[in-house]
Amino acid sequence: MSPSAPPAGTPVARPTTRPPVVEFVTVSKSFGDTRAVDRVSFALHSGEFFSILGPSGCGKTTTLRLLAGFEAPDDDGGEVRIEGEVVNHRRPYQRRLGMVFQSYALFPHMSVAANVAFGLEQRATPADEIAERVARALEMVRLEPGPFARRMPASLSGGERQRVALARALVLEPPILLLDEPLGAIDLKLRKAMQLELRTLNRELGITFLYVTHDQEEALTMSDRIAVMDHARIAQIGTPAEIYENPRTAFVAQFIGDCNLFDGVVEGPAGAGWAVTASSGLVAGGRFTVPSGAGLAPGGAVRIAVRPEWMDLFPPDAVPARENRVDGTVREVFYRGETVHVVVAAGGGGDRPVVVALRNEGQLVRPLPWRPGDPVAACWQPEDCQVLEAE
Amino acid sequence: MTGSPRRVLLEWLHRRPGIGTGVLAAPAGLWLVAFFLVPLLVMAAYSWMPRGIYGGVEAGITAEHYRRFFEPLYLRILGRTLLWAVGATAICLALGYPVAYAIARSGRWRRWLLFLVILPFWTSFLVRTFALIFLLRDTGLLNGWLLRLGLAAEPVPLLYTPFAVMVGLVHGYLPLMVLPIYASLEKLDPALLEAAEVLGARPWARFRRVVLPLSRPGVIAGCLLVFVPSLGAYLTPDLLGGAKQVMVGNLVQSQFATARNWPFGAAVSFVLMALVLVAVLVFLRARDRAGAEG
Repeated sequence: MSPSAPPAGTPVARPTTRPPVVEFVTVSKSFGDTRAVDRVSFALHSGEFFSILGPSGCGKTTTLRLLAGFEAPDDDGGEVRIEGEVVNHRRPYQRRLGMVFQSYALFPHMSVAANVAFGLEQRATPADEIAERVARALEMVRLEPGPFARRMPASLSGGERQRVALARALVLEPPILLLDEPLGAIDLKLRKAMQLELRTLNRELGITFLYVTHDQEEALTMSDRIAVMDHARIAQIGTPAEIYENPRTAFVAQFIGDCNLFDGVVEGPAGAGWAVTASSGLVAGGRFTVPSGAGLAPGGAVRIAVRPEWMDLFPPDAVPARENRVDGTVREVFYRGETVHVVVAAGGGGDRPVVVALRNEGQLVRPLPWRPGDPVAACWQPEDCQVLEAE
Repeated sequence: MTGSPRRVLLEWLHRRPGIGTGVLAAPAGLWLVAFFLVPLLVMAAYSWMPRGIYGGVEAGITAEHYRRFFEPLYLRILGRTLLWAVGATAICLALGYPVAYAIARSGRWRRWLLFLVILPFWTSFLVRTFALIFLLRDTGLLNGWLLRLGLAAEPVPLLYTPFAVMVGLVHGYLPLMVLPIYASLEKLDPALLEAAEVLGARPWARFRRVVLPLSRPGVIAGCLLVFVPSLGAYLTPDLLGGAKQVMVGNLVQSQFATARNWPFGAAVSFVLMALVLVAVLVFLRARDRAGAEG
């Protein structure tokens, strides 16, 4: 697992004969003195499900709006390209994209059918073709075309509005569908079902999806690739596995899933990896081993992340050889269903607790032996350390 | 015994919430009954009674005054009144909608622009109408400019023409058109326009298919607010239209004041009220239809 994602600021280069469906080349967008999007570059491949993930205010929605055409990029040489063409100043109605809005933005004065037909009417489609395509689009999102199509948006449930908004965008058969946190306003169970359906639509229709969300679990579940944004920049682009298992920065590691962070100073080679003296955080003064990787040199500072589920707990006198360890006492045990989280207060000057996620094999039949106050060692293999870059 | 009389009274009131509402509404209600409903009923009675020789009425019942209103002379006044009220409403709509639209989109200037729209209400309507006379009369500002620029050899008669009446009506009621339209445009979700734009709608299509239908309740309210007072206008045609541009309002005034024909004046008033009622019903139906269509 070597870092495979390209650094932010360089276009993703992949050997394809056709140009990418969408390409951002060092695109920036400023509002007054603030930069909402800062030299962002990425490319979407035909048919992929691409998510932009980040906290609110990170610039992900502005990025989407730059692609939709509601915002024009700064005139600093940055380019927004759709199917190879530069579209920086092209109006949204000339871009022929589909978009699903966070608020759905259904026209309240039009019936379901009229909402779905709107885009077709704007493109001067014959009336009989409109009726047929509206019916087909409604079926596509599993809404019945009959009496339902005559209902007004105000009388629909959140999930139904969601589907109508989707049908309204898909009926135009756009090459790219933009989705701005479309599942934010519906309840959990329906959201799970819609996630699956969106993924299915993406595969079946061959439409490229650009999905903006702040929900890391949603992004991991649905995406082919994810761009994690932070402070107007892309922190990392990669597949869900790359992002989760090989986060480039502490921000990415912490934004996606839980993780334990350790800081240290590299001492020198130790076996297949490097020996590190912890400099702060959990194990001040302690030592651990990290895998060999690029950018490591004796005397250099290093920051590593370890996922809670890659750690294990042992009694302090029974730690296997070769394992990194943090000694401490159990502070709290959280029952989480699939897993049980054990929070360990690190001894020896550690200032942050270590979280260890253990697989739940049934607490009623095979309960974990750990109770608050027990002395314990949190352990992990050197190769489970993710060496992070400075932000 | 459940307690003091005060407590008993309060508990009794508490069990009948309708009485509390009645107590709150009573002062204004009594005021309206005494000073609106009663005089109106007296007027209604007058309109069906024979005219007295020195003003006032005599005992008896007659439909004569209503019949008289349908003579050509008075029908012409009614027709003119309707035409001008419709005209003033149409001009206010044509001028007011763009203003309301501009204000709704003006961002942080909104408050100031709205303030400017309301500003004329801070001066008496009478004073503003007199000011118009200074502008429109033969020796007024407009004619002064026309003569100086050589656009006219002699003063163009502006005052005491239908033009002057229309200027007066539109100037007086334009804010009443702007405000409700602004209110409906201001509520419009910008995401709807963006959705329309992504779906391929150019600016004019966005306006016609999204903005206009969604601002219809404001348009209807604005038209009602301009049309109804225009129908009953009295001051404007009196001061700016002179003797030739009589509207129904002036007819009522002259019957009560100069002609001392109170029953006929009362009958004309009731015809006018009936017209207003019809207008309100038409507008309300239009609004409900707009609501049913969405």
